Amino acid sequence: MIEFEGVGHDYGERMVLADVNARLREHRVALVGANGSGKSTLVRTINGLVCPSRGRVLVDGRDPALDGRSVRRRVGFVFTNPDSQIVMPTAGEDVAFSLRRSDMSKKERTRRAVEILAAHGLDGYADHPAHQLSGGQKQLLALCSMLALMPDVLVCDEPTTLLDPRNKRHYAEVLCGLEQQVVLATHDLHLIEDFDRVLVLEAGRVVADDAPADALRYYRKLLG
Amino acid sequence: MARSRSALPAADLARTVVFAAFIAVLGIFPGVYVGGSAVPIVVQNMGPLLAGSILGARRGAVCLLLFLVLVALGFPVLSGGRGGLAVFAGPTGGFILGWAASAAVAGLLVRRALPRPGLPTLVLACVAGAAMDYLVGVPYWGAVIGDFGAAAKQSLVFLPGDAAKVVLAAVVAAIVHRALPQTGGPQVGARQAGDRAEAEGP
Amino acid sequence: MNPGALYHPGTSLPHRLPVGGKLVGLLGFAALVFVARSPWWLGGGVLVVAVGYALARVPPASWSRLVRSLLVLLVPLFAVQWWLIGLDSATVVCLRLAATLGMANLFTLTTRIDDLVDAIERATRPLHRFGVRPDRFGLLVGFTVQAVAALTGIAADVREAQRARGMDRSVVAFAVPFLVRTLRHADELGEALAARGVADD
Ligand SMILES: Nc1ncnc2c1ncn2[C@@H]1O[C@H](COP(=O)(O)OP(=O)(O)O)[C@@H](O)[C@H]1O
Ligand SMILES: [Mg+2]
Repeated sequence: MIEFEGVGHDYGERMVLADVNARLREHRVALVGANGSGKSTLVRTINGLVCPSRGRVLVDGRDPALDGRSVRRRVGFVFTNPDSQIVMPTAGEDVAFSLRRSDMSKKERTRRAVEILAAHGLDGYADHPAHQLSGGQKQLLALCSMLALMPDVLVCDEPTTLLDPRNKRHYAEVLCGLEQQVVLATHDLHLIEDFDRVLVLEAGRVVADDAPADALRYYRKLLG
Repeated sequence: MARSRSALPAADLARTVVFAAFIAVLGIFPGVYVGGSAVPIVVQNMGPLLAGSILGARRGAVCLLLFLVLVALGFPVLSGGRGGLAVFAGPTGGFILGWAASAAVAGLLVRRALPRPGLPTLVLACVAGAAMDYLVGVPYWGAVIGDFGAAAKQSLVFLPGDAAKVVLAAVVAAIVHRALPQTGGPQVGARQAGDRAEAEGP
Repeated sequence: MNPGALYHPGTSLPHRLPVGGKLVGLLGFAALVFVARSPWWLGGGVLVVAVGYALARVPPASWSRLVRSLLVLLVPLFAVQWWLIGLDSATVVCLRLAATLGMANLFTLTTRIDDLVDAIERATRPLHRFGVRPDRFGLLVGFTVQAVAALTGIAADVREAQRARGMDRSVVAFAVPFLVRTLRHADELGEALAARGVADD
């Protein structure tokens, strides 16, 4: 469970988050809001990439600002730009890199990486140079590399923004099939129609928190 | 004041690694044609000055050491596709070894003027950085050919080109510092630079 | 590790020698060449290098590249040394350089980068006691190579945009956007590495 208790954040003079309170227990949680509304900042507090100026965040009772290491083991994070998330030359090696701290042998890690890739739409790509994958495939690879860490929660910050519509749809399908709790910040409203809960963020505040149909109705009204 | 994000050494690691790669790409990428010249000028030796004046002394020097390791290992990352240990055995090997010191010197001189170093400071830092490179490169050359005087005279050939690149590096660094303030500062916000860059648009 | 590496695959004797031994041999050879003063001995050194190349069966392209770059370096150097100091000294300096550069280049041509990285990690393992993490060395090199791939794409983008705006003769119009995007890539990579626990090891 993820808890935000009075979370606020400033960059210098500028207030970006103001008093966010929420407990996220649901399996699928979405965060929508205009550019600059604070989505990225808020989701980054979940794994300690941003430490809030006020209030605190708890992930299964642990504060990422104090105990980032153990929180990051539970929380996977997928970013917007697939190019920046790949750290190894081939797709298989990139996934295996996430397994480096497990007690598997090198061979087992390679085999496991191939399995993970195959299970998420990258069957046969283990030896493919990672930078020659398509944008959609790279983003799937980033997801695989995170899933290899076996997180309890997966946080995604606009993972489909740079993908074309077909890849968006495919990516959404993969995301919906995951066992993990998913917290998704996004602009793609049709991606979250089946979600359990949607929070609408506006200028650093949660202005709606509801089932998708109602929250999205509110959000569309907000957009005018 | 927020607990800063740069508590994460991963941000430091990434900057060092990516900047080393930046210098490599400056060498791999065909040079830029300047003015009416028919031969592209090689801009790679602006790399150490940029690393020092943008990343700061420590990260800049580490970045250049990492780059030198890549060269020594045999990656063809020096301009013209050169690489390997032979690079360091040649007469001009010292100028390449000196890049690490050069970055450190440039970084030290910029530090006083952070977070907003102006063009004069940056020119000074780059001149000092380049001078440091000669301080390593010329004696090394002398040692290889066994004659310091001759090495000093011959290295004069590089002066005009290097002078131009020093100025270019300072101009580029000044613009980048204005585009992404605090890039060399101790409390670099990992996302800060990124988000401001977004405003510039790709 | 990288298709662009200078390494030339093969199974010859120079290829099969253990990396550590080869490195020590190279350093020893360079030291001998550096102290030798007789052109005859130095000529012998050059001959040894030539034999090494013959054994390694490197392709003619690599050969001719080496010879060309040696000529570009040595011909003017020989002329200047002759003019400034004398014929003997010019001969000695140029033979010395030909031998060391040739041998160092042979080492690079016949040594896989992965093997070299492994050898360095093994040799520096005792440093672990002093808080140095030699096992991170290969990782660091790998990250950098990966970053080169990412930045090459960015550089190509920037160059295209620059052309489109008709500014392809300006260093600043290339370097500034390339650098800004490089730093942005670094920040994103830093976050991705942190999310994958790299800083927590
Ligand atoms: N490191 C930073 N320094 C200063 N301002 C920032 C920084 N990161 C984000 N901001 C600002 O904070 C606000 C919220 O940003 P962000 O959380 O990225 O929003 P979103 O992801 O919803 O677009 C924006 O106005 C942005 O410009
Ligand atoms: Mg965002």
